[in-house]
Amino acid sequence: MPGKKIVAMLLAGGQGSRLGELTKSMAKPAVPFGGKYRIIDFPLSNCVNSDIDTVGVLTQYEPLALNSYLGNGQAWDLDRNNGGVFVLPPYVRGSSGRWYSGTANAIYQNIPFIDQYDPEYVLILSGDHIYKMDYAEMLRRHIEKGADATIAVLTVPLEEAHRFGIMNTDADGRIVEFEEKPKQPKSTKASMGIYIFTYKMLKKYLVSDAADEASENDFGKNIIPNMINDGRKMFAWDFDGYWKDVGTIGSLWEANMDLLGESPKFNLYDKEWRIYSRSPIMPPHYVGAGAEVADSLITEGCQVNGAIRHSVLFAGVIVEPGAVVEDSIIMPNSVIKKGAVVKKAIVGENVTIGEKALVGCEKLPSDGEYDTKLTGDITLIANSMIVAGGIRVPKGKVISFVTDPAEN
Amino acid sequence: MNNNAFGLIYTGEANAQLRELTFSRSVAAVPFGGRYRTIDFVLSDIVNSGISNVGLIAHRNYHSLMDHLGSGKEWDLHRKRDGLFILPPFVTKDNVGVYRGTVDAIRSVLGYVRRSAQRYVILSGSHTIYNTTFDAMLAQHIATGADVTIMYSDEKLDEMDPSEQFDDLRLTMDETGRVTDLAFNPRNSSVPHIGCDAYIMEKTLLEYLIEDASAHGDSDFMQDVLIKNTQKFRFYGWKYSGYVARLNSLNQFYKHNMNLLNHDVAADLFSPAHPIYTKVKDEVPARYVGEGRAVNSIIADGCVIEGEVENSILFRGVHVGKGAKVKNCILMQATFIGTGSELSYMVLDKGVTVLNGRTLSGHESYPMILRKGVTV
Repeated sequence: MPGKKIVAMLLAGGQGSRLGELTKSMAKPAVPFGGKYRIIDFPLSNCVNSDIDTVGVLTQYEPLALNSYLGNGQAWDLDRNNGGVFVLPPYVRGSSGRWYSGTANAIYQNIPFIDQYDPEYVLILSGDHIYKMDYAEMLRRHIEKGADATIAVLTVPLEEAHRFGIMNTDADGRIVEFEEKPKQPKSTKASMGIYIFTYKMLKKYLVSDAADEASENDFGKNIIPNMINDGRKMFAWDFDGYWKDVGTIGSLWEANMDLLGESPKFNLYDKEWRIYSRSPIMPPHYVGAGAEVADSLITEGCQVNGAIRHSVLFAGVIVEPGAVVEDSIIMPNSVIKKGAVVKKAIVGENVTIGEKALVGCEKLPSDGEYDTKLTGDITLIANSMIVAGGIRVPKGKVISFVTDPAEN
Repeated sequence: MNNNAFGLIYTGEANAQLRELTFSRSVAAVPFGGRYRTIDFVLSDIVNSGISNVGLIAHRNYHSLMDHLGSGKEWDLHRKRDGLFILPPFVTKDNVGVYRGTVDAIRSVLGYVRRSAQRYVILSGSHTIYNTTFDAMLAQHIATGADVTIMYSDEKLDEMDPSEQFDDLRLTMDETGRVTDLAFNPRNSSVPHIGCDAYIMEKTLLEYLIEDASAHGDSDFMQDVLIKNTQKFRFYGWKYSGYVARLNSLNQFYKHNMNLLNHDVAADLFSPAHPIYTKVKDEVPARYVGEGRAVNSIIADGCVIEGEVENSILFRGVHVGKGAKVKNCILMQATFIGTGSELSYMVLDKGVTVLNGRTLSGHESYPMILRKGVTV
């Protein structure tokens, strides 16, 4: 088999516990986003649009949704004779074998996979970011500089820099120091978790990292600092487009809302850089005679007979007459029954919101106390829930059990 | 279990009454219903019947048809065992590449018919739209011991315009369903049973009928093969009661598209049990911006709606500019409606651009069409 110049390894293992109920039965990269996508569509489409045709997807948490979504990779043009997309779970080797103990360990355990393609470079990606990036451009820089590693960085506001891994660089962009979540940040260049390594060098560090029992087997904590300490040629590559970590309920909601408006913060309407996804095979959406749709994204299979304002509707959503959906995200195949009102909510897949139910309404003393640590003021209805007619679901509440078993 | 049948679709219907819609494409490739082409329906019907061997006879203007079908993977017909076979005309010593009619066309692909391992053939044209499987029709065909089973639907005769008649086959049947008379494009017929341009027979009978017709200098499957053999062979009708759209003319095309705004029609043609497959374009979801509004309309992905849309069908990637008003229109893929333009009863073919501030109007009885790619 002819070798590959570059192979991408996508770290999709995250449980995404801060997404709460949304990731109860699926890995974070399989979470729906933007009306017809799942989070993993973004890094995968970036790969394909950057002419990278070999992608390993590393996962060890609820792989079913991800596995069946990716299939043979045809939706992304990744059904290749040589290369393609591969889901790589951990497996038992003889009497040993173990779970991925960290990001670096996940790659280490898959060295045989990478070796098959004998690549010069390896691109490491994570599966929980929404952005469009030309990795080929980054690779050109990497080659030009003769770098051992190139790390994509985003300039963040100084007051937020303490939340990120910060790269301190010299005038040439060479990384002289890396600080994980520094209290006193010296720079505003935050690592985006996107790395290109010259593979020979990476392999060497992965092997020695695996032998180090004190190591946490993590790129940010171990591999990158070790390479900097050894004086390897590490360069920062500045990215100035839209980039969002959708690891929390709040940021997932925001990133969806960023797609709306006169000039959306994140523009999906880019013929040169399409985001590919598995098609749901449904007819175009229908907007009824009494419907009111404003400032929203609506996709195939939806039937809208109520009012939709500033919201994102996924495939096959049905909104009945008199229902109101505002500032919300309604995931695939959910039904909003007559007269129901949904405000600032994330409604999971296959949910039914009963007639005249109020989701995301103002909290009353009678609603009692509940935990809003994960949700803030966003109301979350977990996948496949049935919210019975007339029920109140106040702001920030999470519904993750059947409220009316009789309807089930 | 799969049916023991293969599909053979003829796409060369020359229907001049579709006017500009078929200037650069065959009827099979005429866009329909916001994201489909006519061929998607019969092809999905066949695939949803568990059939994985389909021959498609390309004849006229088949460039856009081939572009649409590709390898057939969207219909799951990209197979090692059988799959989709596109059969364009080619010139040999027996074959001049231009078919005189359906008999000629099928005769030129008899090699494919012989090689097909299945016992039965579902023979179909490409300008009739419905959503069903052929399971029940095949079961009836076997049960009645028919030589040929003809699919038909009952239509309201007072709603038909004789000037739009095209490939109109009327079936008269006895009480057992056996066809006693067939009439082609009859004037003032009182028979409401109209053929759907789909037939089931054993493939060996098809081979015989075609060879025989060809030897007698006949050229049309309906007029020559079927009508002349009504007494000699046992023809049965199989009634289909769902929605049938025959794209006979631009008016019919307009009417059947607009009927999709009726929920019952849409639910029939887009039954989730039998999905209609089509080429996937990876468009983004439709986006409503600012004052953009739509009522009683079908809107495909990739559209950007900044103006008002009412009673219309918008295909993929249509842009309706600010202050524009679109009423009772069919706007095909990638049409662009400029700021403040007003359109009613218009059919805009792919890629039409209407500049800012234009007013264009047809009439319900005669929708106006703008041909592919023009700028107004």
